[in-house]
Amino acid sequence: MSLTRRTLLATSAAALAAPALAQTAPKVVVIGGGFGGASAARFLQPMGIEVTLIEPNAQYISCPFSNAVIAGLRDLSQQTFTYTALEAQGIRLVRQMAVKIDHDIRRVTLADGVMISYDRLVLAPGIDLNFSALPGYDEGASALMPHAWKAGAQTTLLRQQIEAMPDGGTIIISAPANPFRCPPGPYERASLIAWYLKNHKPKSKLLILDAKDAFSKQSLFTAAWKDIYGDMVEWIGLSGGGKVTEVKAKDKIFVTEFGEHKADVGNVIPPQRAGAIATIAGATDQTGWCPIDPVTFEAKLVQNIHVIGDACIGGGMPKSAFSANAQAKACAQAIASLLRGQNPAEPKLVNTCYSLVKPDYGISVAGVYSPAKGLLADVQGAGGVSPANASAAVRAAEAHYAEGWFKTITQEVFG
Amino acid sequence: MARIQTRMTKTMGGALLALLFCLCEPALAGPQNVFQSPPGASACLGCHGAGETELPSLKNLTAAEIEAAMEAFRSGGREATLMNRIAKGFSADETRAIAQWLTTQGRAP
Repeated sequence: MSLTRRTLLATSAAALAAPALAQTAPKVVVIGGGFGGASAARFLQPMGIEVTLIEPNAQYISCPFSNAVIAGLRDLSQQTFTYTALEAQGIRLVRQMAVKIDHDIRRVTLADGVMISYDRLVLAPGIDLNFSALPGYDEGASALMPHAWKAGAQTTLLRQQIEAMPDGGTIIISAPANPFRCPPGPYERASLIAWYLKNHKPKSKLLILDAKDAFSKQSLFTAAWKDIYGDMVEWIGLSGGGKVTEVKAKDKIFVTEFGEHKADVGNVIPPQRAGAIATIAGATDQTGWCPIDPVTFEAKLVQNIHVIGDACIGGGMPKSAFSANAQAKACAQAIASLLRGQNPAEPKLVNTCYSLVKPDYGISVAGVYSPAKGLLADVQGAGGVSPANASAAVRAAEAHYAEGWFKTITQEVFG
Repeated sequence: MARIQTRMTKTMGGALLALLFCLCEPALAGPQNVFQSPPGASACLGCHGAGETELPSLKNLTAAEIEAAMEAFRSGGREATLMNRIAKGFSADETRAIAQWLTTQGRAP
């Protein structure tokens, strides 16, 4: 090989890795500006890819830490982020809803009729609340018994209802069967609401009605509830009759197979599925979620469409903001490889989820994942939850680190 | 040699100019290019990012120091709240590659 040719090849490889190659840049469209989608856009753009982010909302309101807002420990403004940094970075932002995807001709149609072509599409639509899965619970009912499982007005509504409740009232939270967004979320929420009650309305009670018999960080939560909140918090699992089969929103009644529970404040966390655009794209299976290739995150049911975050079937990875962010980076790497005609390397992924039991008491679950048998599988020997016998100092450190994580990830994703 | 270089420059003028343009462009606030990052490395940035937070920063650590810390977390020689659980998911070779990347390309400006 001549020096010229060798140098040329080396230079073109360097040029490919460098940003701002407008002339021949491949086009990737990202749908959804949450932790997954915004991360994907942020990390694809420096790889010499022309990135369009389709997101109808001008602001993103973060679910992580929104339980602290419900408990009066934070303000919703601390949860709110804009896309200014993404635009400054050179990502094209389209404030529209995607309504149609023609995967055969690789084209997205927006609500206003505009069409956008792509070489590869990233779907990060998050969840839709399945308003047909729980009798009596639809969007109208959520105005009376909030879900607060998408942060924003619903978060504020639940907080206001709790603040307006007289001391001695009963708050009921219903938790769905797996899989759902943020597996430890209902239990962190119960903890922080109990913290509010303990300090402001100590005669009140908090009941969790659960559609399952086991949940994330269960032994840590239940031990902490007993220690900190005594009899205030009660959890009823599936086999104890905890599965909610119907909701009577006007009367704030949860119906189970074993009877009815009347609440003063009712928080219904309903069953969920991938955001609707994933089904429109043909990427969801009968479960309502999207099977993916664990190396590339490409949908198993449609070509050139990658699914990340809550909407995908992440194998061992939970539906969390950390997972979505880590998947976005791995997916961006795989897409850049595929667009260059290279074989994507096998990724390794990490998840960390912190939960607060009270303001200075944090617990965590962590995991490391790699592709195995067509799924993202737990790396054996790694991961797990905080130790049961940790000192108060360790719990305080984890609460402190949780804050640090939130600052870091929101800075990385939203600038 | 001089002749080759001249010919080379002519052939590649455009490409070199484009590359130079990229290198001289002022750094935007966007994240770094993770295209060449070894498996697992980009996930580190989810906690150990560019800014100062409650979490320990990796900014002033050398690759050898990161590697040694991960080995200590793995073996239990160093106490941790969480890193012991994550370190056990990576081999010594994987850790070395990650540490090297984090202290070169992975380092935010």
